[in-house]
Amino acid sequence: MNYKAMSFDLRKDCVDIIMAGAGGHIGGDMSLMDVLVTLYFKEMNISPENMNDPDRDRFVLSKGHSMEAYYAVLCAKGFLELEDVKKNFSQFGSKYIGHPNNKLPGIEMNSGSLGHGLPVCVGMALAGKMDKKDYRVYTVMGDGELAEGSVWEAAMSATQYGLDNLCAVVDRNRLQISGCTEDVMHQDSQEERWAAFGWNVISVDGHDYDALEKAFEAARNCKGKPTMIIANTIKGYGSEVMENKAPWHHHVPSAEEYEQIIADFAKRKEAAL
Amino acid sequence: MNKIPNRQVICDVLMENAKNDKDIVVLCSDSRGSASLTPFFKEFPEQSVEVGIAEQDLVGIAAGLASCGKKPYAASPACFLSTRSYEQCKVDCAYSNTNVKLIGISGGVSYGALGMSHHSAQDIAAMSAIPNMRVYLPSDRHQTRHLTEALLKDEKCAYIRVGRNPVEDIYEEGNCPFEMDKATWLREGTDVALIACGEMVRPANEAAKLLEAKGISATVLDMYCVKPLDKDAVVRAAQNAKVVVTVEEHAPFGGLGSMVAQVVGAECPRKVINMTLPDAPVITGTSPEVFKYYGLDAEGIAATVEKAL
Repeated sequence: MNYKAMSFDLRKDCVDIIMAGAGGHIGGDMSLMDVLVTLYFKEMNISPENMNDPDRDRFVLSKGHSMEAYYAVLCAKGFLELEDVKKNFSQFGSKYIGHPNNKLPGIEMNSGSLGHGLPVCVGMALAGKMDKKDYRVYTVMGDGELAEGSVWEAAMSATQYGLDNLCAVVDRNRLQISGCTEDVMHQDSQEERWAAFGWNVISVDGHDYDALEKAFEAARNCKGKPTMIIANTIKGYGSEVMENKAPWHHHVPSAEEYEQIIADFAKRKEAAL
Repeated sequence: MNKIPNRQVICDVLMENAKNDKDIVVLCSDSRGSASLTPFFKEFPEQSVEVGIAEQDLVGIAAGLASCGKKPYAASPACFLSTRSYEQCKVDCAYSNTNVKLIGISGGVSYGALGMSHHSAQDIAAMSAIPNMRVYLPSDRHQTRHLTEALLKDEKCAYIRVGRNPVEDIYEEGNCPFEMDKATWLREGTDVALIACGEMVRPANEAAKLLEAKGISATVLDMYCVKPLDKDAVVRAAQNAKVVVTVEEHAPFGGLGSMVAQVVGAECPRKVINMTLPDAPVITGTSPEVFKYYGLDAEGIAATVEKAL
């Protein structure tokens, strides 16, 4: 399976969901997509068939506003129906809201407030250790999210308890709603910060499937401490219309922009084949 | 005089049950001593989680544990648990519907002279405003035991506030009527309905005795279940009284008094007086000194009732 090529189809699904609901967080959806595809199609032991199995891997989308990308992946994985999501996303009374809703199949925890995913995942990983289970726990945070203090509380507890069954990813696209992350609140080297907190740190190109796969494999093989994968990504990845442009954090494409974006996805897919 | 604080009873019940239920997990934020949970940590280290001084992490971790089938009890001073980790209580516990029991210790003005940072006079309002969150303030050690045992049997989140110091018994061992989410009727009268929760139940009950000596007949309701409020009991008590007086160790807004007034106003309008702490930092003092100063002792409650009638 050519996941890189598939990711552009899923990006189209994601943009279609956003167009249908007239809202969403398109920039982060695009930067996150390849990490999500890698997790759901290559790394994690989770599917509609085992979603209630106590031994399944756990995933929490801490940057919950990237829900449209998550919808596209959950649909491709068979948890949800794409047409149902497109028809109902953000509509009155809908269960398909703009952040994870654990009343939907495949979604473990609600999020939306930033800085919540990592502490919750520490709890999930601790439960796995207590029960001597082999499942692994994954979360994805945004880089802007790392300004939340609760992230660093959990960074400490994850190493305190030697949670090598926990793997966190930062979608390091270097933009947040107000602009460049370094201007809003400088981050220096995230690699050094997480290493200083005692984490195994791996920095990769977050759009490179081989690199992502190897990073998750290295995380699995790391014993005694949790792993942080810094996924260096491009916000709006897939079309020059939106790449690296902060206003595309939650911009809804015009009809013209939509046509161009979809055409760009097709070209990128063609190049990936 | 009883020497056992309610927080210690919670620890006792959890220890009794943890032997046979490995899913019971206790979490503390450098608060195991304050919470009387040190014995639990010693006897059940594999079921104990210390998170350090990190209340957001405390509640988030508890929610993650619960999502994997654990039965976490997160204990931290009520002042921090109900405010510092409020968003985790709202999102990770109530909204995600996880089975986390939040134990707010040293609640109300238990910490006395430590000041407003350490007082939790807004926790009932804050926690009650969260959909799917239950709020309990047990009155004495016997009721605390029944409540803790009942909470072990369900799988929904709840916030439980207990005080720091031992409180005198209201009930007796073997004679503590308890029905989950139903107020306990301590006495039934015809002039005034006294509705109280937590440490205010005892002075309310003592006030009723003082009033009886003066020929005033009082109902006393132990409304340990602030949310879900036992509305039937409130209506029945109010219907049989000329005046309703609520008593709570809480700010004037959004607590037991506000909730009782909502029900009485809608169902059986009566004069409702809310006896509370002030909308201000409370005066420096021990709990009994503070209660007396604000009229939240038996004499003060009785005087308020007499004036109202």
